[in-house]
Amino acid sequence: MAERIDSHQPAVRLQMEGVSKRFGATIALEDVGIKVAAGEVLALVGENGAGKSTLMKVLSGAIKPDAGRMWLDGVPYRPAHPLEARRAGVAMIYQELSLTPHLNVQENIMLGMEPVSLGVVRWKEVRRRAIEAIKEFDNPELTPDARVSRLSVGSQQLVEIARALAIGCRVLVLDEPTSSLTQRDVERLFEIIGRLKQQGKAIIYISHFIEEVKRIADRVTVLRDGRVVGSSDVAAITTDQIVALMVGRQVEELYPRCERQAGEVVLEIEDLAGLKNPRSASLKLRRGEVLGIAGLVGAGRTELLRSLFGLEPVRKGRIRLGLYSGPASPTRRWMQGAGLLSEDRKEEGLALSLSVADNVTLSKLKGFGPLGMVLPSRQDKATRRWLRELDIRCRGPRQPVGSLSGGNQQKVALARLLQHDVDVFLLDEPTRGIDVAAKALVYKLINAVATGSPAEGRQPKAVLMVSSYLPELMGVCDRVAVMCRGILGPTYKVSEVNEHELMFEATGREATA
Amino acid sequence: MSDKQATPNQAMTVNWRGLLNTLSPVLALVGVFELFVLIAPSSFATVRNIEMIARQTTIVGVAALGMTLVIISGGIDLSVGSVVALSTVAIAWLLEYAGVSPLVAAIGGVAAAAFFGLVSGVLITRLRVVPFIVTLGMMLVVRGAAKGIGREQKIDVDPVRLKWLDDLLASVPPERSWMLLPPGVWMLILLAVAMAALLRYTRLGRHTFAIGSNEQTARLCGVAVDRVKVLVYTLCGVFGGLAGLMQFSRLTVGDPTVAVGLELNVIAAVVIGGGSLSGGEGSILGTLVGALIMTVIASGCTQMGLPNWVQEIVTGAIIVAAVALDRLRHRRTA
Repeated sequence: MAERIDSHQPAVRLQMEGVSKRFGATIALEDVGIKVAAGEVLALVGENGAGKSTLMKVLSGAIKPDAGRMWLDGVPYRPAHPLEARRAGVAMIYQELSLTPHLNVQENIMLGMEPVSLGVVRWKEVRRRAIEAIKEFDNPELTPDARVSRLSVGSQQLVEIARALAIGCRVLVLDEPTSSLTQRDVERLFEIIGRLKQQGKAIIYISHFIEEVKRIADRVTVLRDGRVVGSSDVAAITTDQIVALMVGRQVEELYPRCERQAGEVVLEIEDLAGLKNPRSASLKLRRGEVLGIAGLVGAGRTELLRSLFGLEPVRKGRIRLGLYSGPASPTRRWMQGAGLLSEDRKEEGLALSLSVADNVTLSKLKGFGPLGMVLPSRQDKATRRWLRELDIRCRGPRQPVGSLSGGNQQKVALARLLQHDVDVFLLDEPTRGIDVAAKALVYKLINAVATGSPAEGRQPKAVLMVSSYLPELMGVCDRVAVMCRGILGPTYKVSEVNEHELMFEATGREATA
Repeated sequence: MSDKQATPNQAMTVNWRGLLNTLSPVLALVGVFELFVLIAPSSFATVRNIEMIARQTTIVGVAALGMTLVIISGGIDLSVGSVVALSTVAIAWLLEYAGVSPLVAAIGGVAAAAFFGLVSGVLITRLRVVPFIVTLGMMLVVRGAAKGIGREQKIDVDPVRLKWLDDLLASVPPERSWMLLPPGVWMLILLAVAMAALLRYTRLGRHTFAIGSNEQTARLCGVAVDRVKVLVYTLCGVFGGLAGLMQFSRLTVGDPTVAVGLELNVIAAVVIGGGSLSGGEGSILGTLVGALIMTVIASGCTQMGLPNWVQEIVTGAIIVAAVALDRLRHRRTA
């Protein structure tokens, strides 16, 4: 068999070779080849749009490549559709989990392949096989009868992995598996990946986090613009080299920073507490500065912004925004000159079926016509300015925002704050899920609004920004504070702390000097 | 550089597609009409018959204007049929027992209908119960109220008191042939233009679309979601009341048992016209065309002497086909 696949490694489990795919004029994949051995973790990295997802869709039979061949354990592999890929032992675990929340763990694991005799499900058998699949994980939360909707995200993910194991998968693809996990769940997941490796599964691990890749993967393949631009043993390549391959250029100019003048305090909160989170938060935000909030997912950072903005209740504490004090509804907050960028673009940030222009102007539909009328032509005119300034790629202001790429959608969401001309920008994970080029633009924009431009009569604004990505906070912010378990710590000048100290604070441990 | 070259071209294609999208229900209507012109007796394409189709569409059409707004906001109102009945009963009661003028009676009927729309809206936003359930309940409550006012009976109105109230939907008499269409049909047209403008050019309209497309986004952007919803259901009540006025004008009695199941025709009109039950989509033109398509089919089948059951099967098939086609078109443009 080894000769048939023309490989020097005898245990190659999956090989893809010369895979190409075009969508109209865009080349999604060109002559891409990857190889994964049994018992190996291959990390697949690249910016958004680099072709990772398309490649995995080819692997899972969801799309047909224009050219290219695949082998599974030396046997030619040509899945016609996803079901066939699953039967062949190729299992995918996507970022968005695909479980049925109302069913319990065992039903989810065996869904679609329940053992049946005479048309009746053999529940004992279901249970036995489910228990066999989950016993590996050693997780008290995971019992066959637990309802999936009651499980944490981390445990739900394990249910998906258990389902893959129950099919008897040979190749397991994990697409951004850690993006919504807590640190503890990430550790648990890594431990399980280690065990699956030992069982001889071939694992493809897709991630944006290079640090994770360095830890978990044996080899790394970097994709850029639909091509493989590098492949290496993880031990033989540095993080910087990987990033340089991904981006294709140097990263220094990613975080521009102009000389800023901190002005008067525009937002002041004192001992703010919400329903559950935040438990206690105090901060002062000045005009002309960017204040970052670091912390782990679930630490209460999002809830802090949301209760500030009136989207979640405030239990106690003082808020002063400009001249106004006390809690207020989102409607009022916009009028008082604050705007919130949601962390969840698709569910909350944007109305996907509405046009770009409607999304940009929704928070303030005034001044678009006489007698309080809203004339679409004037909305379009206002929107075109942002299409130009933020380099938003679309057919025009009337295109539905849902058909734009992630980076362009995020720019539309940001354009709303700019169009509204808010004084206080509340940004929740402003660069989540967008590619490096779009990230660079977001950083540039944050710098520009915080700096202002006296020449053009634009005042400096204040930015309060939540991010889970420390290098970004260190690059963009003037000051940074850490939130841990609902409590916001003291603020530091970024020049006076390093990432390790912040990480220690975020995980609730004592900083080791 | 290349951008500038591309812009006018792209604008052209977008416009063509947009135009095709808005016109496709109209084309469907013309198609159905032509079909009957070909196969039905020659009386089908006469001015008289067209006028009759317009008159028969009016009741459903007026109610469907309000329903369009509700459906665009992502809701539904199942109480419309009952509201129409209530409105006829209220008008009859006011004329017969309160002795008020026809105008005051009409306003009273519409106000009663608006009140129940308001109640639906308040319940939906305060109790956080889905519109389907709230308006299902209101369907029974309003029907019951109508029967209560009429003491379980029709309220007959002395013809003397009716004055102009009975010719809203009457065929245009020869001496007033300059009107072309009965006043009720003109009212429908005016209301439709007003609603289309409201949807397109006012904040209420844009906010309604935003709520239907993504309620969370609307809330994030400071749209007063609850207030808009209450207003939307109240307006739906107003249009139900106006439909009731048309119904009364046609029958000249207050009948608490009239318009049972009418809400389904009204919803069908909106949906045939491209409204999406998941919200954020729909248009007044589409809704009117949807209502007309159903009347044309009914009228065509009648003129061909087809029995009622055939009509119902055809209408049902058209509803499913129209929505399926709409989905198909969406998938292609997405």
